[in-house]
Parts: sequence; structure tokens; C-alpha cells
Amino acid sequence: MSSDRYTAPKSPKARTVSGVRRPRTTRTPVTALVLAAVAAVLLALPLVGLVQRAPWADVWDDLTSHEARTALRLSLVCSLSATALSIVLGVPLAWVLARVEFPGRRVVRALAMLPMVLPPVVGGVALLLAFGRRGLLGRPLADWFGIHLPFTTAGAALAEAFVAMPFLVITAEAAFRAADRRYEDAARTLGAQPWTVFRRVTLPLTWPALAAGAVLCWARALGEFGATITFAGNAPDRTQTIPLQVYLLLESGRAGSAIALSLVLLAVSVAVLALLRDRWLSLS
Amino acid sequence: MTNALHAEVAVRIGLLDLDVVLDVGPGEAVSVVGPNGAGKTTLLRAIAGLQPIDRGRVVVDGVDITATAIERRRIGVVFQDHVLFPHLSALDNVAFGPRSTGVRRGDARRRAREWLARVGLDDHGDHRPDQLSGGQSQRVALARALATEPRLLLLDEPLAALDASTRTDTRRALRRDLAASGVARVLVTHDPVDAAALADRIVVLEAGRVVQQGAPADIAARPRSRYVADLVGVNLLRGTGQAGHLVLDGGAALVVPDADAGDVLAVVHPRSVSLFRERPEGTPRNVWQGTITSVDDEGDRVRVDVAGAVPIVAEVTPAAVRDLALAPGAAVWVSVKATEIAAYPA
Repeated sequence: MSSDRYTAPKSPKARTVSGVRRPRTTRTPVTALVLAAVAAVLLALPLVGLVQRAPWADVWDDLTSHEARTALRLSLVCSLSATALSIVLGVPLAWVLARVEFPGRRVVRALAMLPMVLPPVVGGVALLLAFGRRGLLGRPLADWFGIHLPFTTAGAALAEAFVAMPFLVITAEAAFRAADRRYEDAARTLGAQPWTVFRRVTLPLTWPALAAGAVLCWARALGEFGATITFAGNAPDRTQTIPLQVYLLLESGRAGSAIALSLVLLAVSVAVLALLRDRWLSLS
Repeated sequence: MTNALHAEVAVRIGLLDLDVVLDVGPGEAVSVVGPNGAGKTTLLRAIAGLQPIDRGRVVVDGVDITATAIERRRIGVVFQDHVLFPHLSALDNVAFGPRSTGVRRGDARRRAREWLARVGLDDHGDHRPDQLSGGQSQRVALARALATEPRLLLLDEPLAALDASTRTDTRRALRRDLAASGVARVLVTHDPVDAAALADRIVVLEAGRVVQQGAPADIAARPRSRYVADLVGVNLLRGTGQAGHLVLDGGAALVVPDADAGDVLAVVHPRSVSLFRERPEGTPRNVWQGTITSVDDEGDRVRVDVAGAVPIVAEVTPAAVRDLALAPGAAVWVSVKATEIAAYPA
């Protein structure tokens, strides 16, 4: 902070450097203010447009139509499945990354974080190559167990988990790192096995952060589009989640219905932000 | 009878090079004292299994547990700052140990209630740790460690987190509860009063090595290092005994009739040191001149540091400080009766 230089003068003399009296306050940087205002408008305007153009009279009918209800139900099923999968696999991964020293840990962490910056459509293509009919794992799955993931509801959930899990892993790993290890030490000396320590000490102490990570992960899964449409397709009642249907409605000229479903996702996003406000919106 | 604890511990971490052998008899209480960074806490952690050791072994009740997992060692630990689980009530904190070792919830709670009663906190069972005072949380931590019926109890600075007003009461309670438990224990502290009050034997640890051990009174009477001398508040002189004299390493000589030949340590209590403005005439055989470097008011007495041929601390009354105008920089004459200097082989 540039203002630090001017604070806490110990005596009037301390403020004078080589005879030049420095100004008491910093100049308000007008350029920064203007650019900040433009940025805020840029972020807010599309949302204002969405709310302003919403066909409020038809919203209820749009949301209760058969296809909308199908997409809503499917979105819930897929996003919750993806979150569950992320918890079951992502929390142990976060714990290992935080607590176990092993060669290649940085590589594994980088891999775990990659989907956050990877274009989702690339993720979808990669999933096809891994789990597709002729994929690395897809072929044995199909040949031995008759399991086909692409273009199925399970495939949509998998695509969502692929993109959303890093949000849980990164939050959970930070929580496990920040947790006071002395509580776990104390539990061990009291006779608790490692699993008991995790269940009765680590988990309760890191629970708020893990819940926040799960909510974030779920929100990301709910809005997933690119990987889902690439890997699971756009089949109504099977893989057509809300974002996919919004896209389809818009393409087929039914903007009103698209806006109505978009409002649902916007409402969910606002609710998530409100839920996590202490964690994300406070500066301290 | 086998010892409750025989520990040989060698650990290097950072600047610390710890290499210690520690024995504790059945039911015995040992205090480990030493300056910050001497390795006291590391020693405790190594015995508990929380700190891996480079070399050595830990034997409890005749059983080598060096390779035993922490949770199977049955060594109770009372941590510094107590480390009570913040999400559990006092009762569930104490019940945690029994629960973890397979006791059913109801039985574990009953046992926990008994332990809370023993430390005088039976009506605080449903309090969360943040609702307990420092002294209460210390007692819950003790009850929690004892509820596992450990074969050995380790206490890391058990009274350090307490303010002065509760410290005396808590120390008394701790002394009573520890004695009642009868369990062999090792207590780490940097407070000589705690060390002497809570243990039968004191082990002095400096820079990772045991430099002295013995009963508190012996340690106080014959300190073997500057640190211990400062701890018990006496002057320690080091030199060679020559025909009734103690020749200090700096060259000055004092008359000490019982000084043996060879390397000698000598203790002078600050109370036995007299200060004068003029050169005194009288029986004291040891008289020298020095300059005051500091004057520390401790209420009913004042400690005066005097630099000179024999650097020494004198303890005088506030009235004497006023009458003689003792202040840093003042030149004074120092005298000590030869019979007040207790010499012993180094």
C-alpha cells in the first residue's frame, strides 16, 4: 500500500524528508475510479438486461412446462450426483495432498486443479477419449461390464464432476492445511485410530470449509455446459440439463423460455453467494 | 522394579541437536527444566511418539514401544494451551479417550463424569472449552489425559497459559491431583517454582543435553551452570581451588577456606553480598571494587548487578539503595564473608 509510507509519523520531523513536506493524504486516482466504474457496469449490465427483459407474465408457465420440469429435475439429479462423487473422491484427495508427502505431489495437485482452467469443451473431448466406446477405460468398461457412459445421465454427472471437483478439492485442501494439527495429535495420544481422528476431530473442525467447498462445487456442476454437451450430448430427459436447454431454446427462437430458465440459474447463483458471503465477500 | 520410563532419544531438527537419556521410576515425578529451545517439548513429543526420533528407544514399564503407534502407547499428554477439542463439551473431551479405545458411549461418559469430579469440575461437564477459565481448562485437560488410564503422563508447560492470579491455586490443585493419580510423570517447565512444587526430581536440559539432575534442594544448593544459578537466583563462580583460595577464570582470587584443589564451582547468595560507598574495614576477607550496571527493584528487595574483577549480584533493601544512592554507573565496594561462599568440585 502506497499510503503506508505516510502513516504513523513518529514526530513532525519524521514527516519531513530532505526538507520537503509530504502531502498528508494521497491524491484520489481519477483514472482508476473511472476504469473501476466501467468494470462494474460491464459486469452488472448483462444481469440487468436479463431481469429487465424477462417475460414475467409467462415465467411461471415456462418453468412448469413439461420440458422445463424435466430439465430442472435432471439438472438436480446430475449436479447432486456430481457433488456426491466429488465429496467421496475429492475430500480424500484433498486430505492426501494436504497431509501426505510423496514424490510428484505437485504434479498431482496441478492435475487436480487443471479442470478449473481447462476449456470445458476440451474436458468433454478428453472424457470421450477416456470413457468413450473406444476410450482408454471406456472399452474395458463396455466389454467387461456393459457400462456405457457417453450420452447417458451418468455420463452427464461424470462430466459435471470432472469440471466441478477442483472447486471442492482446492477448498478442502486449504482447510486441512489450516487445521490445527495439535488437536489431531491430542486425539492420537488419547488412543484414537487415524480414521477416528479424522471422523471425530478433523472433520468437525474443518466442516464449515468443506461445506462451502461442496456448495461451490455443486453450483459449478449445476451450470456446466461445455463438457456435458460434448461428452453426454443434448438428449431430452437423459442429458439435457438446464444450461443445455437454455441454449437449445435460444437457438430455436424461444428467448422468453430461455430467459425464464436462466433466471433460475441466476437465483441459485445469488443464493450461493449469499450463503458463502462470510467466506468470500468479507475482506478480513 | 522396572522403571516406568527409560528413554534414549536422539533427534536433530533445525538448530536443535537433542541427545538425552531419561529415566523415571514407578510413580516418580520428574520436572524437565531448561531455557527456550533446549529441546524440552521435543523430548516429550518424542516419548509420546509425535516426533520421530533418529536414534534411541522408548521403554515404558519394561516394554519397548519405540515402534508402537501413538494411539497404542498409552502415554497421556497434557499439552501446552491444553488443546481441548473446541467442538466438544468438557464431558465429551474427557470421554474422548475411553470412547476411542472402544468403551461404549454411556460407560465412557460415566467414567468422564467421575474424572471431572476428581478434578473438582463435576458441574462443568456441559461447558464448551471456550466457556472455561484457564485453570478449569487445565484441569479438564488433566482429567482427559488421566481418563485413558495412562502408564505414563507427560505435561508440557501445564501452567504457562495461566495468569498469575489463578496460577498458584491451579498449581496446588495440580499437585494434589497428580499425587492422587500416582502415575509416573514427566513435566516440562521453565518455571523453577513449578518444577520444584510438582516434582521429586529435576532434570536440567540445555542445548539438547542433560547438564544436571537431582532433588530440587540439591540443584538449588549446587547449580552446575549459569542457567541453573540464574534460575534459583544465586551467583555462580567458576575457577580453580588453590590453598584456601578460589582463583577465578578472570584472574581474581577470593578467600574460600573449603575450596578443594582443582576445578571448582562456588555459590554466593545475593543476600550475602554487601555493598559500601567507602572501602570497608572489618572481618570480611573478600573486598573488591566494582561499578553498578543495573538496579532492579523487586518490591521488598532490590537486586544490584555489579561489574568488576568478580561480577556479582547483590540483594539489598530499598532503604539501602536510597541511603547509598545506588544507581547504574556508581562505583561501590563489594564484600563477601569467606564462610558465605560454598565451593564444590566442578
